[in-house]
Order: sequence, then structure tokens, then C-alpha cells
Amino acid sequence: MNDAMRRSFVRRGTAASVALLIVFLAAWQWGPGFLNIPTFIVPPLSMVCEEFVRMWQVNSLLFHTSVTAAEVFAGFLLGCLLGAIFGYLLGMSPTAEFALSPYILALQIAPKVAFAPLFILWMGFTVYPKILVAILIVFFPIMVNVLTAIRTVDPDLINLARSFKATRAQIFWKIEFPSSMPPLFAGLRIGSTLAVVGVVVGELVGGNLGLGFLLSFGEGQANTPMVFVAIVMLTLIGGVAYLAVILAERRVLHYLPAPTHGGF
Amino acid sequence: MSPVVRLEYRNVTMRFADAAQGLTAIRDVSFSVADGEVVALIGPSGCGKSTLLNIGAGLYAPSAGRAHVDGEQVEGPNAHVAFMLQKDLLLPWRTIAQNVMLGVEIQGCEPSERKRRASALLQALSLSEFADHYPHQLSGGMRQRVALARTLAVEPSVLLLDEPFSAVDAQTRIVLQRDLAQSLTRTRKTALLITHDLLEAVVMSDRVLVMSRRPGQIIDEIRIELPERDNPIARRHHAKVGDYVARLMNRLDISHASLEEQSVQGTP
Repeated sequence: MNDAMRRSFVRRGTAASVALLIVFLAAWQWGPGFLNIPTFIVPPLSMVCEEFVRMWQVNSLLFHTSVTAAEVFAGFLLGCLLGAIFGYLLGMSPTAEFALSPYILALQIAPKVAFAPLFILWMGFTVYPKILVAILIVFFPIMVNVLTAIRTVDPDLINLARSFKATRAQIFWKIEFPSSMPPLFAGLRIGSTLAVVGVVVGELVGGNLGLGFLLSFGEGQANTPMVFVAIVMLTLIGGVAYLAVILAERRVLHYLPAPTHGGF
Repeated sequence: MSPVVRLEYRNVTMRFADAAQGLTAIRDVSFSVADGEVVALIGPSGCGKSTLLNIGAGLYAPSAGRAHVDGEQVEGPNAHVAFMLQKDLLLPWRTIAQNVMLGVEIQGCEPSERKRRASALLQALSLSEFADHYPHQLSGGMRQRVALARTLAVEPSVLLLDEPFSAVDAQTRIVLQRDLAQSLTRTRKTALLITHDLLEAVVMSDRVLVMSRRPGQIIDEIRIELPERDNPIARRHHAKVGDYVARLMNRLDISHASLEEQSVQGTP
């Protein structure tokens, strides 16, 4: 694809995206009334916006959003760090992987969000059980991607480094670690969205902090617009986390050929 | 002829425990390569050519026998040899210059010395303008030239070349053969060139060794009495080339072999 073609492709794509957004917002605003759907089932856009302003003023929406965002950030960061470390260690030690694989598999199959009540029993209505659920849920995609990446490094590349008398550490830092970057970032993309899921489930289960709390509070009061506002804010947090990963990925993986198509 | 032996295999046998790789890959192989000599090694697929190369590079330990490089017994990877494969094995996250420096960097060479060697080699292989490019921006032939530069950068006394040009198109291959021949002559390197291209074996080398089907043994040795080893393009037109290729074909029994036997792809 040449430059002119690409520019026109991006222009048309953006125009279509914006048009779609306008259609969606319009349908949200006037669709429910048109179809006689009660506002406590689907509140129109304007009601949700009003609720947003009210919550900002009365319910400390900014504070709850910040709490959730901080939990997501902490859970994502620690989950990634632990997942990557375990991925590299297991990747370099086939024996350890063989011994641990049934347990890893069992933990991976177990629905991580089911641990939320347990963590709250252990740690009370603090931010920690939420962060812990996020860590647990982020851990696996990162670990599996890193592990697979280390396992699939071309053995000829390792032999090439060995033929130059590379030490184990040199093989890791010069060959294996950089080779694992593209799959690591694929894992980070998945992890960034999962971190929000983990935190919200933790907040739903107990406590009076965060957007998950506002979600269940709104539900208890049959305040549908409040639920919508919380969902929008959660999506926003997830979006920011995903975008941060994309930006970091572009910097780190700058050496890869540019994708032929736009978008994420 | 120079009496200094750079690379020597003494009664090397290699058995693999893994049945899929065949029980005995090579049996009792002995030969030597003198200083500055280029020896080509040809044989049917899966005859253990690459295994010999890996033993020479110190990546495999032979089941029996020994390999010597520069008079020292090979007991592991060592600085006397460097290998180059069909795959360029360039690291995509490194620029061309950084890729050329990989070996010297691992060996702990001074940064200024690394840069000096890399730029000299890139110059010699007309790659200077691509020093800061990334591998994906280069064609297959150019990438293979970068791999050659990386191999030469560690200044080995012996080069082990495993079908280095079999993945590039026919015209690029001719150019790369010339570049390699010139580099080998200029730096007076000793080389063992594994190839399945009989013509390549004849035009590139001083001597051709023929290996049998597995278990691989050396069954013939042909001295190539042609001038201008640094100019394989000129050598291609030499009248005797046809005779050499015919003799190699005959020795490998190619005209009688069935396609099935020829297409058996043996790894290592």
C-alpha cells in the first residue's frame, strides 16, 4: 500500500467510525423513547449525562474512579511483573515447567474471579483483595505468552550465540529476552483489559470504594443511569490502560515492519 | 602446498539416540582442510553434512573420534571457528551494523574496535548505506551478506558454511558466491562449504569431498584444478567445469537414484 492509498484508507476509515458513533449516540438518545422502552430499563443518553454530573457533585465520582484506576494500575503492573518473571524462569527450566505444569493448568482453569470473596475474607474491605484478583487474572496470559516465546526461540539462533561463546546470561539478554517482546506485548494487551475485570469483580463483592461499589449501589437503588455511568467510566479506564500498552509497544517494537492496515 | 592444517576430523562417528534421526549419522569420517583452503562437502540429503559442521563448531560432541581446529581439539564452541547457515539468523531488533557486531560484542570486544570492524566489513560488502537499517528492510541476498559480515567480524581462522546460499534466488546466489569467494581470498580464510549445488561446489572450492548416504562416509575426493578461485563467475565458463560436475553426479549416483530417495529430507 503506497502513502496516498494509505492516507485515503485512513481518512475513509475514520469517517466511517465517526459516523457510526453519531448513529449509535442518536439511537441511544431517541431509540428507547421511540420503542417505548421505560427509562429505568434503558435511560437515554441525556439522562445518563445528567446523572454523570450529579454523581460528580454528590457521589464523589472522581474519587471512586481514581480508586478503581489505581487498583487497576497496581494489579496490572504487579500481575505483568510476576507473570513475566515466572514465564522467563519456567521458559528457561524445562524441568520446573514439567513439574509445575499441572498446577499451573489447574490455576489457569479455575475462574480467577471466584477467588474474590476469599480474598475479601482474608484481607477485609480494603483495596488489596481487588488488586490481588487483578494480579491473578493478569498473571496467566502474560506468563503463558512469555513461556511460549522462550520455548519457540529458533534453536539455530541460540546455537549462533553459543558459537560465539555466549554465556547463559548473554543468551538470555541478547537473544531470548528481545525475542519474547512481541508475544509479551500481545499478553500485555489482553492483561490490560482483564485487570479492569478483576478489580470490578473485587469491588462488587465487597467494600464501599470504587466504580464496582457504585455499580452495585446504583443497582440497589434501581438507579439505571448510575449503572450506565459506572460502566462508561470502567470502559474508559480499560481504554486508557490498553492505549498505554499500545503506545509502549510502538516504542519497544519500533523495528517491526509497519502494519498494512490502520487501527489497533 | 601449505602443511599447516586448520581444520581436521579424525575418525569422527556420530550416533543419535533419537531413532527419528537415524542411528548412525556419520561413520568414521576423517579429512583435513589446510590453511587458506576452501573445501566443499557434498552428499545426499540427511547424510550428516550438517552434523559434521556442528561438531566442528563445537556445538555437538562426537560419539567417537575428534575434531581439531588450529591444532586444538574442539571441546566446545571456540573463537577459532564461525558458522553461517542457510538462514541469515539476523536479529530483527538490531540494526544491520548491530547485527554484524553481535559476535564481537558477545566476545567482549571493545566498542570502538567493534565499530571499526563492522564498518570495514559493511564497506567491503557494499552495505555501508544500510548500516542503520533493520533486517526487514533488506532483501534476502543482502541479509545473507550481512550474515557473512557477522561471521567474518569475529575473525575466525575457519569458516563453516552450511548451504549459505540455498535460500536465495539463482541470480543473487551467483553474486553472493562471488562476494564470498572474494572475502575468503582477501582475508585468506579457511572454509568448509556444505552445499547441495554441485556447480557451486566446483566453482567455489579447491577440493570437493563426496559423502555417501547415511551413515555418511567420505567416498570420494576431487581436487579442482581450476584457476581464479576468487572469481567463481569466471570459473563457471571454464571448459573443465562440466567434467567435474559430471564426475560428481556420477559419484552421487544421481542419474540412477529415484526421486523418493533424493527427496528424503534429513534434519541434521
